[in-house]
Amino acid sequence: MHVVVITKSTPDTAAAVTVQGDGTIDWGDSLVVNPWDEYAITEAVLLKGNHNGTATILTVGGEEQQEALKHGLAIGCDQAIRVWDDALAGADSFAYAEAVAAAIRKLGDVDLVIFGREFADTATDQHIYQVARKLGWTMLGSVANIEALDASAKTIRVARMIEHGTQTISSKLPAVISVLKDINEPKYPTFIGIRKAAKAEIPVWSAGDLGLDAAALQPRAEHVRYQALPAREGAVEIIEGASAQEKAAKLVDKLLEEKVL
Amino acid sequence: MTQGALVWIEQFNGQPTAASWEALGAARTLAPDGPVIAAVFGQGVGDAAQEAIKRGADTVLLADDATLADYRFEPYVALLAQIVEEHQPAIVLAAATVAGREVMAGTAADVGGGLLTDVTELSLEGGKLQAVRPVLGGKALSVEAIVGDGSQFVTLRPRAFPASEPDENRSGEVVAVQPPLAEDAIATKIEATQETGGAISLTDATIIVSGGRGVGGPDGFGPLRELADALGAAVGASRAAVDAGWIPYEHQVGQTGKVVAPDLYIAVGISGAIQHQAGMRTAKVIVAINKDPEAPIFKLARYGIVGDLFEVLPALTEALRQRLG
Repeated sequence: MHVVVITKSTPDTAAAVTVQGDGTIDWGDSLVVNPWDEYAITEAVLLKGNHNGTATILTVGGEEQQEALKHGLAIGCDQAIRVWDDALAGADSFAYAEAVAAAIRKLGDVDLVIFGREFADTATDQHIYQVARKLGWTMLGSVANIEALDASAKTIRVARMIEHGTQTISSKLPAVISVLKDINEPKYPTFIGIRKAAKAEIPVWSAGDLGLDAAALQPRAEHVRYQALPAREGAVEIIEGASAQEKAAKLVDKLLEEKVL
Repeated sequence: MTQGALVWIEQFNGQPTAASWEALGAARTLAPDGPVIAAVFGQGVGDAAQEAIKRGADTVLLADDATLADYRFEPYVALLAQIVEEHQPAIVLAAATVAGREVMAGTAADVGGGLLTDVTELSLEGGKLQAVRPVLGGKALSVEAIVGDGSQFVTLRPRAFPASEPDENRSGEVVAVQPPLAEDAIATKIEATQETGGAISLTDATIIVSGGRGVGGPDGFGPLRELADALGAAVGASRAAVDAGWIPYEHQVGQTGKVVAPDLYIAVGISGAIQHQAGMRTAKVIVAINKDPEAPIFKLARYGIVGDLFEVLPALTEALRQRLG
């Protein structure tokens, strides 16, 4: 069985973000593995172990994405691939999905593609569903647990988290899944893993290698500029009182005035 | 030439979701001259189709079929893509729910349309959609625009746009449509759905009471749940409370949980880490209840009570029961 996990490096979630007057942004330049991908990468490595398979970690991006791939190799992925081409600068989800789907096709024998729930920086997940569509594969989104996977019968059963509860759904493979935090405890790299990853050769696949021309990577949507958040009105009003009862009564008055009860 | 707007109306157990009417309201604003078409998929969902007309649809395309009873990616995307190809709407809208995000992205991929996801503001600039979306864990806003030709897709963050109100005098046409996929052509089967018992979903909730590390243990969620009951609120949690095993993950609000936008968010024993703020900072009114007056959550809150939650919560529940009856 061949599992491919797709990852991306994103700005450190703890970083302070400043929007400049010209609509650009400053977030301190410290990159981490996209927080949701920690679970996706771990799941790929766990599935590889349980099913005597192969795990590939893949990203679309420039040199700065190398660390996310090395993280994946260090915790147990067998190979890493970076897809990059100048034609992909400014790619929207549509062009991104085109590139990922082409890379999956080039790999050839893939049974399962795993994504984290979304990219934490752009807050987008549409590329995941678009990869499924471009491959013509089943999509199982927001997976909280893989309950069963039969690599020879090519079937999978998962629990998906939806707004109103949990849904158990079975499907044929190949499939694309996106995973939630609940699915596992993320693995962390070992010293030996880090040493191995440092030595790994990571191939870079261009648009030409994937058989994609500029027309296929034409974006349909674009980022225009950043805006700062609207300023919060006023400071917090601390409700004072001699007793919990008095504070509670005062707070209820305030909330009734705000018309939020 | 594309024209008008198409809205995908999501339903669960045959009931249209509240956020779908927000998408319908936005469609009427963006395409005031219409036509506004609503697409309703399900089994036994004729009432939802009628409600869509009362809330602003000129025409409802109703696909009533056993294969569509519950949302599944493949049959829903195949059908919506078929409808978009046939009707060529200028704009396609849906709520940015779990299913809405999937269906719209899949359909946009099929027809080659541009897509803006989970937007909180929306306008048309020279016939192209331009939207504002929270990014980087809600720490900044990104202005994004459609650049391609053809139908333009957008999903709206639940509770960011006003819902269209029903008008009993409105009339419109319901047109039956046939789904393109038969059951044996669909690779997925839903085996079971466990609904979260009687609880209000965090996405739809107007009020949320959330607990964090300061709640102290699973028992600490007892008084918190009583307060939520008195308010008709959903129960949320910080990552710390979920990771400690005090409450299931489905309650987690924040960076690696759910993003919510209630009218009132009561944060109990939550320090307010930046990752938690990512999930709740757009709440209209935030109340913080915490022992530590230095907790970062007080910087975000409009009202704060510094005190022991085991005293404050029962007092608050009691006060609410008296005032709200």
